[in-house]
Amino acid sequence: MSLLDRRLLFVTGKGGVGKTSIAAGLALLASSRGKRTLLCDVDAKGDVAAAFEAGPLDFEGHELAPNLRAMAMSTEESLKEYLRLNVRLPLVTRLGPLARSFDFVASAAPGVREILVVGKLTYEVREDHYDLVVVDAPATGHVVGQLASPSAIHDLVRVGLVRDQTRWIVDLLRDPAVTGTVIVAVPEEMPVTETIELSGRLEAETDVDLAAVVVNRVLPELFGTREEKVFRQLLDDGPAKRLRDEVGNPVRHVLAGADLAVRLRRSRTSHIARLRGELPPDTPMMYVPEMFTRAQGIRATRMIADAIEDEL
Amino acid sequence: MSESIEQLLAAKEVIVVCGPGGVGKTTVAAAAGLVAAVHVGGRVLVLTVDPARRLATALGLEALGNAEVQIPAEVLAEAGATPRGELWVAQLDTKQSWDDLIRLHAPDAQTRDAILGNSLYANVTAKFVQSHDYIAMERLYEIHASGRYDLIIVDTPPSRSAVDFLDAPERMAEFFGSRLLRWLTVPYRSRLFTSATRPFYNIADRVLGQQFLRDIADFFLLFQTMYPGFVSRAEEVQRTLQDRRTSFVVVSTLDASSMNECDYFIDALAARRLSLGAVVLNRVLPSWFTNKTAAAAARKLGRRAPKLATNLKVDGDPVLVEGVLREISESFLSYGVAAARQQELRHEMQHEPPMMASLPFLAGDIVNVEGLAEIGDHLRA
Repeated sequence: MSLLDRRLLFVTGKGGVGKTSIAAGLALLASSRGKRTLLCDVDAKGDVAAAFEAGPLDFEGHELAPNLRAMAMSTEESLKEYLRLNVRLPLVTRLGPLARSFDFVASAAPGVREILVVGKLTYEVREDHYDLVVVDAPATGHVVGQLASPSAIHDLVRVGLVRDQTRWIVDLLRDPAVTGTVIVAVPEEMPVTETIELSGRLEAETDVDLAAVVVNRVLPELFGTREEKVFRQLLDDGPAKRLRDEVGNPVRHVLAGADLAVRLRRSRTSHIARLRGELPPDTPMMYVPEMFTRAQGIRATRMIADAIEDEL
Repeated sequence: MSESIEQLLAAKEVIVVCGPGGVGKTTVAAAAGLVAAVHVGGRVLVLTVDPARRLATALGLEALGNAEVQIPAEVLAEAGATPRGELWVAQLDTKQSWDDLIRLHAPDAQTRDAILGNSLYANVTAKFVQSHDYIAMERLYEIHASGRYDLIIVDTPPSRSAVDFLDAPERMAEFFGSRLLRWLTVPYRSRLFTSATRPFYNIADRVLGQQFLRDIADFFLLFQTMYPGFVSRAEEVQRTLQDRRTSFVVVSTLDASSMNECDYFIDALAARRLSLGAVVLNRVLPSWFTNKTAAAAARKLGRRAPKLATNLKVDGDPVLVEGVLREISESFLSYGVAAARQQELRHEMQHEPPMMASLPFLAGDIVNVEGLAEIGDHLRA
């Protein structure tokens, strides 16, 4: 099934791979196709807002573009909302200090913080507030714990409201027509290794389907084999001297630049090959090119949305 | 203030390498360790958290657990480095470190075994937000206090927020002293239901269920026996970080998001009175990419490609050669844009750090001691 036909996408990846940009691009693409889309910033470092030139986000959310809202996750707000909806505590004012102490339990008790996040996101899907919820999820190290928390809590808590509620959350998460993860990688050693490991851990420790792997910052191929042969000759003494004579001495930097570009591309190609070789063979892969002209902001987000559209 | 990285490594006993995720902290930590062992001397330990596999293999870090292993002098010599001192490396094993800590602080064998065997224990140490951060700093303290090394370079764990680990010791102490923990650990039947606490228990019961709350209470009751030891230890860890023999090196790459975090981090260090020794910028494109005459040459190369294709006398169809020349020209100009953006970000840094080093954008990965030595040379430059 097509990636954007799912209802809930957790976008994750090693720090520094452009996870937020890809999440923003996916959300922009979905909303431009008419889907009511929610983009949620879980880490709340402000990168989602920057991807749309928007001000700081909050739990309530802002409209960023037609059909597109973005929100920042807050476990405390999520808890308040949960209590408001489920416990019907009349005095919301009393929730202040209560929520703060609860936040401490959330830090200590396994999975409580995680389930407040996942619970809010699945709730938005269950209530059909949006056609698609795109989550700028925690980096690889934390996302497994987050996605596994509903089943873990479901097993730990034997009675109570939470047990009833984790059931529908687990059902939504394990349905591949509803939920999927998107792992973002760049073609370098560590991100590729982490992506392969994460795909294994998601399979082993969670019920959530791997929807796609996005390889970000793919460098353009400069030369085919025949062109490469010509390029190598240009670096030889004779042709290099003639080039300097014709174009000027600084042309040596231009050649060095092309040489660096070729070597970078080659090293990255080998990492992409390893990634493809070690992921389950049916994993959908998408490639997003290195954006030389713009790296951050709405223009870059739009370019990434276009690149993803080409890959779908 | 130190004038070079080498001087910083000579002057300090603890270097904490930190920064946003994916910027190459581990490589910088290992390269700095090599520089210290080769050029400064003494016993140097690099304590790393999550090394890339091939680098770990090259450093002999295959063994699991907390073992400290020495890189044989031959391995360093093969890479062209004649060390004046010793280079040791160790990996951080979170689980084992926590177990060690419990053994250290548990008041008796019975409590120790009850904690280590508790089903919530594994969950809490693995998932408690600050537990990795805390344990890394705790281990650093332990090794430093042992006096086994002249210099310890620690590579910090990839925190959700790069500054989390700075507050980890304090949070740990705060957590153990918190009112909430006292509430939870009051045996269930004898709780005093005051008007202040009743709503909390009522809601907690309804939401989480009594049994789960009781399990949590049992666990924290056990944990609380270690309160005094833990808190004084966390304070000592904090003191080590604030000691003038400790310095922080912030690593970043020149992209907007990493640089924002880098600036934020430098502020966070200052706010906590921790000393910033240097900023290391990694993956910096060569400055000639923004050289005006080089860019002019690239444009000229593109314009005159048809004529040059025949004049250069290389083997190959002139149409093919022309295409190659145009491609070279285009590629240079694209990278020029990326390099210009990097330079802008470098100039826009909000704080001028006491020292800065730049590491080049390397085409390949660092997979051996030779590669580290090359990075080390750039650190010393």
